[in-house]
Amino acid sequence: MVPFRLYALFRTFGRTGSTTVIDQDYSSTLESVDVAESEIIKAAEEAGFDEDSLHQISMAARECLVNAVVHGNRYNRNKKVHLSVSNENGRFTIKIGDQGDGFERQEVPDPLQEENVLRHSGRGLFLMEAFMDEMSVAKAEPSGTIVTLVKNLGGH
Amino acid sequence: MSIKLNTRQVGDVTVVDVSGRITLGEGSSALRDLLRDLVSKEQKKILLNLGDVSYIDSSGIGELVSGFTTVANQGGSLKLLSLTKRVKDLLQITKLYTVFDVKDDEAEAVARF
Repeated sequence: MVPFRLYALFRTFGRTGSTTVIDQDYSSTLESVDVAESEIIKAAEEAGFDEDSLHQISMAARECLVNAVVHGNRYNRNKKVHLSVSNENGRFTIKIGDQGDGFERQEVPDPLQEENVLRHSGRGLFLMEAFMDEMSVAKAEPSGTIVTLVKNLGGH
Repeated sequence: MSIKLNTRQVGDVTVVDVSGRITLGEGSSALRDLLRDLVSKEQKKILLNLGDVSYIDSSGIGELVSGFTTVANQGGSLKLLSLTKRVKDLLQITKLYTVFDVKDDEAEAVARF
């Protein structure tokens, strides 16, 4: 049997040298959004991001977590939001997964189009993309969505 | 820090001093309720002082837009005062900065209603 401390070390650093800082399920509530956002910011602070980048990461992560809870899991107490955060040589990667029905990204209206500018909602994905260096949306199996947000330390 | 809303009257203009976070949940619903309450009381000249707002998410932006259109549809006017750099940047990238009437000086803003 692999001693727990060795297992934890392997899980933390993995095979690629990346550091998994968070790997956790959260309930589908707005309180969980606050908790998860704080954990992400703590990890980003430890990774060395400056104040402006921390604000951008916080905004993007919050939008993503809210989408997972509200639009993905629809506050369903039986569904979880999975959060993983890793840091690989300054490449800070946040993955947020829900267990909802999924969505087609091309069907989300562009909030910058004139007819959409005064809409009450629909800016979340746009803000994630604006504040992070990379953003991608994938379908999860058997259902749900995984959004990956990447911020590079130093902005590269 | 959650949202704090303080209302004061300057002439016929209602100034709402907002501080804290305008985010989905308590923050955005408190602002929505206040603006609807003001409009229902025929207070339709509203100046939102956002100088102490540390954080606005997309839901908060939605409430600002909603408040703006609700007040305008009732024949009133909603202006924004003292945006922080972050809030200003947020309104600029969402193309809303030019939609709102944004002022830096309260006396000037009040005079422009």
